[in-house]
Amino acid sequence: MHGSLKGQKIGKVLLSVFFSILSVIYVLPVVMVGINSFKVNTFVKTHTFALPSGESFAGWDNFIKGMTFGNYPFWKSVLFSVVITLLSTVLILLCTSMAAWYITRVNSVVCRIIYFLCIFSMVVPFQMVMFTLSKTADTLKLNTPWTIPVIYLGFGAGLAVFMFTGFVKSIPLAIEEAAAIDGCGPLRTFFGIVLPMLKPTMISVGILEIMWIWNDYLLPYLVLDLNDYRTIPIHIQYLKGSYGTVDLGATMALILLSIIPVIIFYLTCQKHIIKGVAAGAVKG
Amino acid sequence: MKKKRDPASVNSAQMRRSLQRYSPIFLLPMVLAFAIGFVWPFFQGLFLSFTQFKTTSKWTWVGIQNYIKVFQDENFLYSFLYTAVFAVVSLVIINVLAFAVAYALTMNIRGANLFRTVFFMPNLIGGIVLGYIWSMIFDGILSAYNTSILMNTTWGFWGLIILMCWQQIGYMMIIYIAGLQAVPEDMMEAAKIDGANGWQTLCKVTIPNVMPSITICMFLTLTNSFKLFDQNLALTGGLPYIINPDGSALHTTEMLALNIYNTFYGQNINSRGVAQAKAVLFFILVAAIGLIQLRATRNKEVQQ
Repeated sequence: MHGSLKGQKIGKVLLSVFFSILSVIYVLPVVMVGINSFKVNTFVKTHTFALPSGESFAGWDNFIKGMTFGNYPFWKSVLFSVVITLLSTVLILLCTSMAAWYITRVNSVVCRIIYFLCIFSMVVPFQMVMFTLSKTADTLKLNTPWTIPVIYLGFGAGLAVFMFTGFVKSIPLAIEEAAAIDGCGPLRTFFGIVLPMLKPTMISVGILEIMWIWNDYLLPYLVLDLNDYRTIPIHIQYLKGSYGTVDLGATMALILLSIIPVIIFYLTCQKHIIKGVAAGAVKG
Repeated sequence: MKKKRDPASVNSAQMRRSLQRYSPIFLLPMVLAFAIGFVWPFFQGLFLSFTQFKTTSKWTWVGIQNYIKVFQDENFLYSFLYTAVFAVVSLVIINVLAFAVAYALTMNIRGANLFRTVFFMPNLIGGIVLGYIWSMIFDGILSAYNTSILMNTTWGFWGLIILMCWQQIGYMMIIYIAGLQAVPEDMMEAAKIDGANGWQTLCKVTIPNVMPSITICMFLTLTNSFKLFDQNLALTGGLPYIINPDGSALHTTEMLALNIYNTFYGQNINSRGVAQAKAVLFFILVAAIGLIQLRATRNKEVQQ
């Protein structure tokens, strides 16, 4: 017995060592982006895995070049990415939670039809609607960063309504009935009583929406007026797409700049992110 | 079915009426956006798949012509097969590795939380960016042999597999860890007392108990592969291509979603009806996988 316990201990230490090495390998691709963003363009392809030194070291040149690279300032893409992600997420959280509460509590035929359509929309891939949706958005002038949240609300409503109704069903009705007897109208009941209870689901849904919208490429690419508005994924795709010779050093610098905030966001809200993702996956 | 009313809906007619008076505030914004962003485009798309059109307003009815053309389109059939093979290969590799990692990380080893954080990290990075990161790495390796990932179909295939593993193992690992932590402690104890070894416990106790997680992860990897677009576009964009006998180009690493996109927005503007028909078939395929998943998970719930 004693021997096997000792064996187990050694096994666990070996596992820890193994996973430590694996973790280092796992972050290498990101480290490679960092290394290559300080390298002169021509060396990125030929000496990808070497550290920048001497003639291959570019200093901050790639970052400075990257800012205006591709006929569109990078800071504008960042700004529009932030605007679109924040506006859309807030709009989705507000509108779908209100609708989900209404649908669950009223539960009329119309409500059930809407709920069914929401579930249905979750299995429809974007390619099915991409052409008609971008034309509709164009016609209704929803092709700016300030109006595209409406499209995100529409296409992303399914999962959010599904997750919110799941939670609303578990809230005892008695609390709201008591509020109604005390003279609370529906608005006060929702914002004063229901909304605070929805907070954990809000965080889960919010994180899923942020991760989706921030990284989304095709929807904004097809909907936005690209001469005026770009997002980070569109910007990075354009670097490679429209130029014969790509400046790999500048591309890596921009990729690094776009990854850093994401990693900071991840490290600060890690617990919520992992919980939110797990909740979304198990239900979806 | 015996219940007349969902217990979560309000009973008092007065409360319901006062709530319904507020439907323009609670329901309307979401319903309007949903109509614009999903319902209308969906049904319009369904309709247009039976027409020839260049823009959504100018169409001529052609019946099932588009669908016949889809099945005659060898490039589409190729990309379907390519996607199916990709989906199966990535399903097996990702799930085996993710389960193994989750299993090891739930054994109380030092640094488990740190490892979990690291393995999940790639999920935060978008598909386009992932594609460019890995195209730099693969080309860095292949440049030593004076070639590129864009020159060889096999490298393109395995390159995308490696990319998807790097991205998705951490995600599936999270679901498996949640499943493994929910395995009842007394069952494990009972197996130990009965003298089961580690392998027997894994096969007879652990795996049957995490079957729901396994089902979820398998279907998730499957649909993720079928819907894959950004990573495919950024890593190879369908290259390399070969010229068919009829003069058209066959993009040998082009998956379904990218094929549909290229049919919509490619050179031939007259093929949009065909593209929409492809999209409808694509939707039916993805929805069918979803329905099978629903049934599979429901059956599991009955068993428990």
